[in-house]
Amino acid sequence: MVSPPAVIVGAIITVIFGFLWARDVMSPGRASAAGGPEPAGTADAEPIPAHMGAPATPPGHPSEGPASYPRSKFLELGTLGLGAVIGGIITAPILGFAVLPAFTEDELGGVDLGPLTKYPTGKWIEATFLLNPAAGEVSRRTAFIRSNGMEGGQPSMTIISNRCVHLGCPVQAAGPRNDDQQETIKTEQAELTVTPVLPANFSCPCHGGSYDTEGNRIAGPPVRALDRYKYSIVDGHLILLQPYSVSEVEGEGAKAAIKAYGIQGPGEHVDGLSGLLYPIQPQDLG
Amino acid sequence: MAITPPPARRRKRRMDKVMPLVMMPVNWLEERSGLVGGLKYFLFRKVPSDINWFHTLGSATLTAFIVQAVTGVILAMYYKPHPDTAYESIRYITNEATLGWLVRGMHRWGASVFIILIFLHMARVFLFGAYKYPRELNWIVGVMLLPLAMLEGFTGYLLPWDQTAYWATVVGINLNGTGPVVGPFLAQFLRGGDEIGTDTLTRFYAMHMLLLPGAIMGLIGLHLYLVIRLGVSSPPWSKDAAGSEREERPSGDPGLVRPRARGRVAK
Repeated sequence: MVSPPAVIVGAIITVIFGFLWARDVMSPGRASAAGGPEPAGTADAEPIPAHMGAPATPPGHPSEGPASYPRSKFLELGTLGLGAVIGGIITAPILGFAVLPAFTEDELGGVDLGPLTKYPTGKWIEATFLLNPAAGEVSRRTAFIRSNGMEGGQPSMTIISNRCVHLGCPVQAAGPRNDDQQETIKTEQAELTVTPVLPANFSCPCHGGSYDTEGNRIAGPPVRALDRYKYSIVDGHLILLQPYSVSEVEGEGAKAAIKAYGIQGPGEHVDGLSGLLYPIQPQDLG
Repeated sequence: MAITPPPARRRKRRMDKVMPLVMMPVNWLEERSGLVGGLKYFLFRKVPSDINWFHTLGSATLTAFIVQAVTGVILAMYYKPHPDTAYESIRYITNEATLGWLVRGMHRWGASVFIILIFLHMARVFLFGAYKYPRELNWIVGVMLLPLAMLEGFTGYLLPWDQTAYWATVVGINLNGTGPVVGPFLAQFLRGGDEIGTDTLTRFYAMHMLLLPGAIMGLIGLHLYLVIRLGVSSPPWSKDAAGSEREERPSGDPGLVRPRARGRVAK
């Protein structure tokens, strides 16, 4: 997929450098230097070896402007230019390989979080699961899930990511945790653990960020509300989809008004003047 | 029965026999490369007579770096940079491999020693005013070395792949991510993708053991070259005349300016 910002940037670069190139080609100085005919005087001049460093203009003939171009100079520039081309041909793919793979998007399907019956209305469940089973334990993620009952004929869920939006540490449910009711569910893609919790708020162990149960920041350094996950319900199973960022949540539960933005890294403002500091996100360019 | 010569003369005669044997390969090397003279030029420099122990901090930092390089090479023989094996290989190095605990400990604590010595060395240069003309460029090279050393610490911290390493790196990368405009891209590059994983560990490993040490070694070479070319500065309380005239280049000298230490010269 080609994204609009990339097309715009590419178009601007093309227009600017195209204009510079055209102007350069059409300028009179260059035309006579490169394509102009050799003056008759130099044709029958006594040849001078290039390595002596003397210009190819015989003594007595005054230099005739840009038309006389010594061969040694041409060879020197040619060698340098050829070196630059070879260097560029070698360097470009290496640099590209070093940088670009980091920016290819991993297309991950949804994660099956088990039947909806595991998520009773109005109760918080802490679910840990493998986002990408192929990557192993390092992709283990945690989400706090609360069913808000039915809203407009559809089940409404609040799914909050446990990634602190200060600097990415895992936030904890501050409150009782019913480990004795912990349950392991096997679904098609993954094994997940669900634990009922009773959070008064969510708090982060690293730098003391604190959020209410809708994810709004109530204390500490975080710059916005906790990220949430999109979801869908398929055959009575809760399917976790892409995460998204939230600046603020008004109201709560099914009636909450969520100011949603594309997913951004922790510590990045999504709105206001500070939001302008992050005009393009890596995932915008995928 | 031959008359035994007195011991001193006997020793001298023995020396006369041995010395050519020793000097033959040395001279062979010197004639073809000039390396022996170069080494002498590097080691037997004139320094101001009133230098003190503070002037050894730079050499101490270099020693710490060499310790890091040597122990790091040995550790790399046992370390396996993959999320499934990294922690286990570190555990093996620490608890099972013979003397592994010692080499890992040297590398781990040596890292802190390296950074501390850098700052002490930097403080010495700053407080003694040794960054002033003509040594500004050497200060600049040192300032370039400082973040490279810090990056060594940052990338090395992830490698044990335990909880501390993982979350410290999460925080460190996300700190980079908060930089305006380019921050998110820098974080993405450091992570090697959207999430911390195998690619993060291997690229931190490659940076830690190849890219950064290479850059540091190159800059240390430049740093030392400038020290040799410009000489060591006197401490600020030196009674010797500052900036006393420099000896002109001898006529046979091929061109490298051999700077004279200021004032009195240690015998």
